[in-house]
Amino acid sequence: MMKRFALTLAALAIGTAAQAADVMKMAVTTSFNNSGLADVLLPEIKKDLDLDVQLLVVGTGQAIKLGEAGDVDAILVHSRKAEEAFVDGGFGTHRTEIMYNDFVFIGPKADPAGIKDADDAAAALTAIAEAKAPFVSRGDDSGTHKKELSLWAAAGLDPAGFDDWYKAVGAGMGAALNTASGIPAYIMSDRASWLNFGNKGDLELLYAGDPVLFNQYAYLPVNPEKHDHVKTELVDKLEAWLVSERAATLINDYKINGETLFVFNAKAAE
Amino acid sequence: MVDLWSGLAQAFWLVVTLDAELVEIALRSLRVTLSALAVACVIALPLAAFVAVKRFRARRFVIAILNALMGLPPVVVGLIVYVFLSRSGPFGVMGLLFTPTAMIIAQTIIIVPLIASIAHQSIRDLWQEYHDLLISMNVTQGQKIRTLLWDCRRALLTAALAGFGRAIGEVGAIMIVGGNIDHATRVLTTAIALETGKGEFALALALGFVLIGLAITVNLAIHWLGRTEREGGW
Repeated sequence: MMKRFALTLAALAIGTAAQAADVMKMAVTTSFNNSGLADVLLPEIKKDLDLDVQLLVVGTGQAIKLGEAGDVDAILVHSRKAEEAFVDGGFGTHRTEIMYNDFVFIGPKADPAGIKDADDAAAALTAIAEAKAPFVSRGDDSGTHKKELSLWAAAGLDPAGFDDWYKAVGAGMGAALNTASGIPAYIMSDRASWLNFGNKGDLELLYAGDPVLFNQYAYLPVNPEKHDHVKTELVDKLEAWLVSERAATLINDYKINGETLFVFNAKAAE
Repeated sequence: MVDLWSGLAQAFWLVVTLDAELVEIALRSLRVTLSALAVACVIALPLAAFVAVKRFRARRFVIAILNALMGLPPVVVGLIVYVFLSRSGPFGVMGLLFTPTAMIIAQTIIIVPLIASIAHQSIRDLWQEYHDLLISMNVTQGQKIRTLLWDCRRALLTAALAGFGRAIGEVGAIMIVGGNIDHATRVLTTAIALETGKGEFALALALGFVLIGLAITVNLAIHWLGRTEREGGW
């Protein structure tokens, strides 16, 4: 009996996945992954470069932490200030802009705060605050969360002073959307996550289009001088691919329900 | 309710068609948890027997700690293992973070106290029975431990199954140390968390049903391998 048991265990242990030749780890934001674009790009990268990019899907705050600790080889995030601090701190070698998408305001169909016809993003947020309509915030130090805080600041409001209509859930985009859908509440989401989200319930897209809502993604290689195990060669190879014509076509042509999500705007590496 | 039904239906089709991705993550779930279970048993069972037979000053304290650690919060274990394995942590040079090995380490830590506590309970009862006999035979400490472990094997199987149950359904720790990387460290529980995040409740539920089915299958398989309830005793 023990022998048979041990054999079964051994058989399972040996079933280790075969490792491909080139593997690198990249931390990306939840919004990038939820958009579904990763599922389009990764197989092409594998085909063109024979490179397995392992994605760690986290918030921008954690992505930057992972890069600082050297636990990933590169990061792809969207929070300009944090990115520049990352490069200035010597953790990343440089910052390459790849593409942008935009943020949208989602809310209950009835639109109790009346943000549908708001003049700009700040006006929409002011209307929500005045109506004290439930608003779900990511509250997880992610790029989306930082963007939201900067918008409140631009509207002259401080979330720290809000009552309990302002709910900081401390979760990823999908989990936050689930919460908003359950309440139902207003929430700011990137367009891609919203379109791909499967539990829309009573929510709908209410406001979009203010230029301050544009959301720039950038690729930052981790500095090999800080962490000598970083696979710089692979990281450079991937960067060259990401700014190439081929990536441009794939990114610009990516659509959900006929809507373009990302606009490629990379220049050749600086 | 609609989600529940379509989840069941989807689970059925995923299993019937042997969906390649499902098979991959289900096997990875099994591999990680069974490896963790094997390592944990090697540590926990002798430890339990040792604490049962050996009288030493801190014995009560060790038992109390083991019992308390049964409720170890996985997310804290995950965080601690993460800090140790991170490239900027003490074991960073090994490059283990975000690999199945890291997940095995975390799960092992979670289930060792559980298995040791349950095993200790049964071994202690058997030890009361065997005490006079073994003492009069003047056996060594190691022989005592081996005898007790062998004669207690059925109860130890229960302890191991409890450990398996805790590890296979665990998500907090392996999400942190494994990172839920597609084709590398994604297992059933982290995939469920991911699909829930996407609002794909039906698919998440389907994976959940598969996970429950898997746990039942493994338990049945172990009972079959061990021929419990069939032969008089082994």
